[in-house]
Amino acid sequence: MDTTRRGFLKTAVTAAGAAAAHDHAHAQDHDHEHQAVPSDLTLRVKSLESLLVQKGLVDRAALDALVDTYEHKLGPRNGARVVARAWVDPAYKQRLLADTDAAIAELGFGGQQGERMVAIENTPQVHNLVVCTLCSCYPWSVLGLPPVWYKSAAYRSRAVIDPRGVLREFGTEVPEDAEVRVWDSTADLRYLVLPERPAGAENLSEEALAALITRDAMIGVAKVKSPREGGRS
Amino acid sequence: MNGSHDLGGMQNMGPIRYEKNEPVFHARWEGRIYAMNRALGLWRKWNGYSSRYQSEQFSPADYFRMSYYERWYTRIVQLLVNNKMVTPAEIERGKPAKGSTKATPPLTADQVVPMFTKGVFAGRDLAGAAPRFRAGQPVRVRNMHPTGHTRLPRYARGKPGTLERDYGVFPFPDAIAHFLPDKPQHVYSVRFAARELWGEQAKPQDAVYIDLWDDYLEPA
Repeated sequence: MDTTRRGFLKTAVTAAGAAAAHDHAHAQDHDHEHQAVPSDLTLRVKSLESLLVQKGLVDRAALDALVDTYEHKLGPRNGARVVARAWVDPAYKQRLLADTDAAIAELGFGGQQGERMVAIENTPQVHNLVVCTLCSCYPWSVLGLPPVWYKSAAYRSRAVIDPRGVLREFGTEVPEDAEVRVWDSTADLRYLVLPERPAGAENLSEEALAALITRDAMIGVAKVKSPREGGRS
Repeated sequence: MNGSHDLGGMQNMGPIRYEKNEPVFHARWEGRIYAMNRALGLWRKWNGYSSRYQSEQFSPADYFRMSYYERWYTRIVQLLVNNKMVTPAEIERGKPAKGSTKATPPLTADQVVPMFTKGVFAGRDLAGAAPRFRAGQPVRVRNMHPTGHTRLPRYARGKPGTLERDYGVFPFPDAIAHFLPDKPQHVYSVRFAARELWGEQAKPQDAVYIDLWDDYLEPA
């Protein structure tokens, strides 16, 4: 068996009834930036895109818009605004916990029609941690696409069996007598952790609070640091 | 399927590798293959669960060797060929076969932002089977090992828990992943004491919450 990357991909494509591409000389797509030594996958994806565009299966401008959306429009800044609003507005917080989708939509954010958002609140007694052990489910509408570690076998395997060890690896200490709750996103629910508001942040504006709130805190692997501790660092 | 994707509770998977200031995509091709997957989904030739099942069928060696987006690339090629949207020869050449017709893409650029950043959960009114369980009730997870797609993780099978919350009716992955008639039913948040799952090594107060379909449960 061919153990090179190309060999593997050949195997995968053959399994689908296809033959492997060994010759990329026909790639149509010369209008994008070139790398000095493009990887095999770079060429194969470029070739696939060119084919799909020519067959009318995808619209290239729509692909550009999708990449732009996930790189620039969706991301943890959205979630941070939701959390900051919940910290300064108790009525909003109640709505966020009761009907998370509607409360998120109030701030202009949304996502997939098939997925329902659920906010879960950290307290001094309860620390929440989110994982998807079966794939990579993640609340795209408020956090964007997940980081590589969230999708890794290491995190997905350990978060449920050793959450306190995982938290320590992230430098997060949960008191011995507090409760750790792990949320395994196995269905069409998407979880957003509502972290605790840190000490020393009482007088900050909603905007300044939002700047303290990290992606990791909204997954539950970290706490929000106080401004004295350097906020987002 | 008891496959490599079902990772909860496995050990020896190595350290969690954290990257500071991680980019959304690490290379241009990752963003392009991601976007192609999302755009092609709108042809409705497959659904989220059937495409997950496609990835679950990679052999364990392949599953762990590939990066996340390599899996997406490999999967989309398989889905396109299996659904006769492209031919193997077209993949090889990167060009449509002579005389093939040109389709009209279902997703245009102006639809992207409203569809992907403003969508609101639309499942509330789905009709389904009456709930067999209610919040507060003790339940047990069925001991089942289907060879097809399921969203019941192995580590929960046979375990007792408490039903915490009823999330309403959702499509049933075990059916729709295989294009069988849907069997919409209630999904619940079920709380499992960490000690029920992992024994004495777990703290007595810790818990794992798993979202489970009605069919996965039986009365305790």
